[in-house]
Amino acid sequence: MNDELKYLANRAARGKHSRRAFLGRAGALGLTAGMANTLLATAVHAAGPVKGGTLIMGLGGGESTNSLDPAVAASQVPFHLTRTLGETLVDVTADGGLDMRIAESIESTPDAKTWMFKIRKDVEFHNGKTLTADDVIATLQRHSDEDSQSGALGIMQGIEEIKKDGDYVAVTLATANADLPYLMADYHLQIQPDGGRENPADGIGAGAYKIIVNEPGVRHTFEKHANYWDDSRGHYDNVEFLVINDSTARMAAVQSGQVHIANRVEPKVARLLSRSAGLEVKNVSGRGHYVFIMHCDTEPFANNDLRLALKYAIDREDMVEKILQGFGSVGNDIPINAAYPLFDDSLEQRTYDPEKAAEHYAKSGHDGSPIILRVADGAFPGAVDAAALFQQSAAAAGIPLEIKREPNDGYWSEVWNVQPFCASYWGGRPVQDQMYSTAYLSSADWNDTRFFDDNFDSLLLSARAELDQTKRKGIYSEMGTIVHNEGGLICPMFNDFVEAVSDDVQGWEADGIQEVMNGLAPHKTWMA
Amino acid sequence: MNPILRLLVQRIALGLILLLAASVLIFVGTEILPGDVAQSILGQSATPVSLANLREELGLNEPATTRYFSWLWDALHGDLGTALTNGRDISTSMGQRLGNTLFLAFWAAIIAVPVAILLGLIAVRYLGRWPDKLISGATLASVSVPEFLLGYIVMYLLAVQFRVFPTVSMIHDGMSLGEKLSAIALPVIVLVLVVLGHMMRMTRAAILNVMQSAYIETAELKGLRPFLVIARHAFPNAIAPVINVVMLNLAYLVVGVVVVEVVFVYPGMGQYLVDHVSKRDVPVVQACGLVFAAVYIGLNMLADIISILANPRLRHPK
Repeated sequence: MNDELKYLANRAARGKHSRRAFLGRAGALGLTAGMANTLLATAVHAAGPVKGGTLIMGLGGGESTNSLDPAVAASQVPFHLTRTLGETLVDVTADGGLDMRIAESIESTPDAKTWMFKIRKDVEFHNGKTLTADDVIATLQRHSDEDSQSGALGIMQGIEEIKKDGDYVAVTLATANADLPYLMADYHLQIQPDGGRENPADGIGAGAYKIIVNEPGVRHTFEKHANYWDDSRGHYDNVEFLVINDSTARMAAVQSGQVHIANRVEPKVARLLSRSAGLEVKNVSGRGHYVFIMHCDTEPFANNDLRLALKYAIDREDMVEKILQGFGSVGNDIPINAAYPLFDDSLEQRTYDPEKAAEHYAKSGHDGSPIILRVADGAFPGAVDAAALFQQSAAAAGIPLEIKREPNDGYWSEVWNVQPFCASYWGGRPVQDQMYSTAYLSSADWNDTRFFDDNFDSLLLSARAELDQTKRKGIYSEMGTIVHNEGGLICPMFNDFVEAVSDDVQGWEADGIQEVMNGLAPHKTWMA
Repeated sequence: MNPILRLLVQRIALGLILLLAASVLIFVGTEILPGDVAQSILGQSATPVSLANLREELGLNEPATTRYFSWLWDALHGDLGTALTNGRDISTSMGQRLGNTLFLAFWAAIIAVPVAILLGLIAVRYLGRWPDKLISGATLASVSVPEFLLGYIVMYLLAVQFRVFPTVSMIHDGMSLGEKLSAIALPVIVLVLVVLGHMMRMTRAAILNVMQSAYIETAELKGLRPFLVIARHAFPNAIAPVINVVMLNLAYLVVGVVVVEVVFVYPGMGQYLVDHVSKRDVPVVQACGLVFAAVYIGLNMLADIISILANPRLRHPK
C-alpha cells in the first residue's frame, strides 16, 4: 500500500477525514470503491496490540548530566527514563482515576490518616529478585529521609510512619490526607530493590523495560523485561531514546522517519509539520501553565487593586492565539483547570477589560512609575513575546509596564521566587491539593506569589481530611475563588502537550498528565 | 645547544605555562557564573532542604582556592574526578566523547585540507579567470552562511527530501565503520564547507605573495608548466602561513563544532561541555577546558614547529 493511501486511511479511521473524502481521494489514486472500503475497514479494525518491534523516540530535554536515579529526575528525558524502567505503586489515569500498579488495592482508615497498600505478589525486578513489601518501604523511606535530595521529598514530608503489615504496607500520616494514593503516583517514587539505597542510579526497576545502553545526553536503549507482570502493557521488544535537544533537528528526525515519536513540537511549526505524510501531530491539554507572578507582600503588589488591575489588563485569548498558536486554553488566574479531578467550572472566566483595569489601577493609587516585569526566554517558550503583548494590552488601560529581560542562566535561582514580578512556568500536579500545597499554602517552600491567607490555609487542610467528594469539590471551589480574586497569580494560559507521532505507532491515547501519554507511550502503544 | 632544539624547548615550555593559565581562567569563569551548582542540578523543583543537603555533599562549602588546587593535584596524577551531577567517572565518559569528536574532525580534515590546498593552487593557476572567481566566490559563500543554516539546508535536501543520509548522526560502538561514515556524512559535509574557504584563500594569498619573486620568473623562463611552477617552486615557500591556518582550522574542528554537534545530535565534546556548564559541574568543565586548551595550544605549537623546520633560514643559522 502506498504511503499516501495508508495515511489517508488512517486519518479517515481516526475521524480526521470524512469517510466520503477518503473514498474520493482513494478513487483519485486509482482504487475502486470496493477496494477503498476494504482498506478503510482494515485500518479501523487493525485494533489490538501487536507484540514486537522497536520504538524509537526523539526526545528534547536531556543532558549528559542525567542520572538514572529517579530521586533527582527533573527534566523530560529523566522523566521518561524512570517511567520506562520503573513502576510506581499506583498511576493516575487520564480521566483522574487511579490505576493499580505495584499496589493491588488500597484501603484507608475513616480518618484518612492511615493508608494500607496491598503489594502485588508476582512482580519481578530486572535483576531477577522478587519485589516485596520491604522494597516498597525502603523506597518510600529513601524519598522521605531528612537528607534526601528527592524531588518527591515535599510530598513525603507529611508521612509519620511506614511499616509492614503482612502483604500490606501501612503509611501513617501526621495529618489526614484523602489524596495520599494520588501522591504515590509521583514518578520519582518508582519502587527499587531495597529502595535503591545501595546504588540508586543502577537502573534496576520493575517496569516493562530494562536498560541496556545508558549514554546520558546521547541515547538510552531498553529491552523488554521478559518476566514483566502485566501482559497488557509493554508490546515492544526494544525501545530506544535518542536525545535531540535541537528542535529543528528533532522535527527533521521524525519527518525523515528516523524516530517514531518526537516530543515538544513547537506550536509555531505544529501546523506545518502536520502536513507531512506518514505522521500526525497530537495535542492534548495538560495541566502545565504559563504564568506571571506577583509577590503579594511586596509593594506595589501588596495592594490587591493593583493586582486586579494587572489581571484585567492581560488579553488571555490573544496570548493563546499568538504564543501558543491555539495549542492551549485560557487560564483563569487559578493554577487549576478542567484536567483536574473535582474542578469547579462555575468560576467566572476573567477577560481582558481595559476599563475595569484602569478603574482598579486608579483605586490602587499607584504613583504611575513603570512596573517592572522580569522575564527570560527560559521562563516558558515565548515568554518574552508574551510579556511584550502584556505590556501592550496594559498600556491600553494606562498601566505602564517595563520589561526587564534576564538571562536564562540562573533564572530559577536569581529571579524566580526572588523578584516580586516575573514570568514563570508550572508543570501540573496529579491533584488540586498537591498543586495548592506546593505553591499557595502560607508555609510552602515555593510560595512564589508570597500568598499568606489563613482562611485559605485552613480550607486546604480541611479539604485533605474530607472524604466526601461533593464537600471537597465545594471547598476547592471556595479556595479557587480566593486565589482568583486575591492571589498574586496571573495565569493567562494552559499549554497543550504537542507531539509528532508516526503513523506506524498504534494505540495512542490522549493523556495530558505529563507529556507523551504521561510517559506511557512505550508501554501502551505498539507498532502497526 | 642546537638553536632548533632550543626553540622547540622554549615553545613547549611556553605551551605548558599557557595551559596552566588557561586552567585558572576556566576555573574563575565557572566561579563567577550566576546561580549555584546545587540549584542548577535540582532545577526549579528544588526544596531548601534538598539544596542544603546537596551543597554539603558536593563540598561546595569549602573555599574556591582549596577546591582548585586539590583538583589540579589529582589531574596531574591522571585523575579527573567524577561528575558532580551524575556521579560518572569523567575520564571514561569524556574519553568516549573525545574519541567521537576526533573521529568527526579526522574525516572532515582529511577531505577539507587536500581539497582546500588543491583549490588554492588551481585558483592561482587561473588567477583572475573564471575558475579562480568561481572557487573564490563559492568558498566565500559557504563560509559566510552560518553553520547551523548550512546544517539545516543539507539536512533538508539530503535527509528529508531525498533520504540519502540520516539526520541524526548518532554513532556508537556497535556500528561498523561504513555505518559510522554514513551517519556522519552530513556533519562532515557541513564542516568541510565551513573550513574550506579560510584555508583555500590563505593558500591562494600566500602563494600569490611568492609569485612576485625573481626565482618564479626564472622557473617560468625555464619553460616549466605553470601548475608545476606553483606546486614545486612557489608552494614550498608559502608553507608556513598555510600550515598556520590549517592548524587553526583543525583546532576549530575539535573545539568549535558545538553548533554542528547539536544540529546533527552528534555525541561529541561540545555538547558534553555545554550540558555541564549549564549545570555548573565544575570538575567536568575544568576537564573539558583543559582538553580543549591542550588541543589548541598543541596544534598551534605543532604549526610553529613545522614552520620553523620548513624555514631553511632557521634550520641553518649563520
